[in-house]
Amino acid sequence: MAQSEKEILDGLAEIVNEETGLDTASVELDKSFTDDLDIDSLSMMTIVVNAEEKFGVRIPDDEVKNLKTVHDAVNFIAAAQS
Amino acid sequence: MTTIPKARPTLSTTSGAAHARIWGIGGYRPERVVTNDEICETVDSSDEWIRERSGIITRRQAAPAETVVDMASAAALEALKSAGLVASQIDAVILATVTHPYQTPAAAPMVADRIGATPAAAFDISAACAGYCHGITLANDMVRGGSAQFVLVIGVEKLSDFTDRTDRGSAFIFGDGAGAAIVGPSDFPGIGPTVWGSDGAKWETISQRNSWIEVRDHNVAWPAITMQGQSVFRWAVYSMAPIAQAALDQAGIKADDLDVFIPHQANMRIIDALVKQLKLPEHIAIARDIADTGNTSAASIPLAAQRMLDSGEAPHGGLALQIAFGAGLVYAAQVVVLP
Repeated sequence: MAQSEKEILDGLAEIVNEETGLDTASVELDKSFTDDLDIDSLSMMTIVVNAEEKFGVRIPDDEVKNLKTVHDAVNFIAAAQS
Repeated sequence: MTTIPKARPTLSTTSGAAHARIWGIGGYRPERVVTNDEICETVDSSDEWIRERSGIITRRQAAPAETVVDMASAAALEALKSAGLVASQIDAVILATVTHPYQTPAAAPMVADRIGATPAAAFDISAACAGYCHGITLANDMVRGGSAQFVLVIGVEKLSDFTDRTDRGSAFIFGDGAGAAIVGPSDFPGIGPTVWGSDGAKWETISQRNSWIEVRDHNVAWPAITMQGQSVFRWAVYSMAPIAQAALDQAGIKADDLDVFIPHQANMRIIDALVKQLKLPEHIAIARDIADTGNTSAASIPLAAQRMLDSGEAPHGGLALQIAFGAGLVYAAQVVVLP
């Protein structure tokens, strides 16, 4: 069930693209969701819910504020899968 | 030692109408318009951010001396006009609010008195933003069960009394207003089954900041209503979409049969996301009253319905799915035939 970092990143980039229209290539590990990708807190929730479904993990509400960068999200998903 | 009871007479019971429907809807919006720029005088925000985040452009604010009873009475009179009834025909007044500033007496008996509906039964219900849909549920059962023939259901809020204008997360959201519906007998089903419930474990998601006892004993600041915006969004979209679907299913209706979708006007982003989750066909008119009215909690659905009926956006006699959700957390949804 556990996926590679690249697989998770690609999957996340697809979800971000679906929600915001942003190019998947712009969803890089070091990017901040709010500051770099201009994703607000409500869009973030949609991305989180879609990620839960796609990656088969649970991401509780109070965890979301800790997912500041794309890398934070990828790491969380990878850890939750293992 | 058991005693043998006397022979017990059988109680008489009532039976009500075979079906119930909404006879009329009315609304009242306070005169004063508050722009996003005015909100930004006390919070660090912008008109652009507020529109993007919530879809709100303006909201109404009641005058300082204008009360929940005043607004509710105004909406009730409009509903009576719309229904072609007079106040003396009302048997019960159900008033949904969280902003009547008295533990007791309730606002409903004062409204009944004001509009000329005394001696109708009259009581308030507290189900936050879901209050109106709870009221419609009760009225539906009362008319069909026989405890009332005509029920006035009111959703009214003076949220401006309980808004912290310095709280960036909520200052822009709330508005004041009242909406009312008259429920009465019908020869066809005009109100579908209600799907409703609660999730009290999430009570802190939307809440008055402190209890009155804490205010009294610890001299804390005025306890405004605050919410955890992200959590509310997630719950309102992903937990409520299945509830809305269940309301359609239980009414025996497909999304395609609907003319109108009237979700609680909590946030335009929630409305958009619900429409997407429910895959509502494009021909369905969507209530977006929040843009000019803000989030008026219990008043939001009847106000949105009144606006759409008056403008022709919603057809008289059309089918509407209404779903409301709010502090508690509580929710209620049903399909109705619009008056």
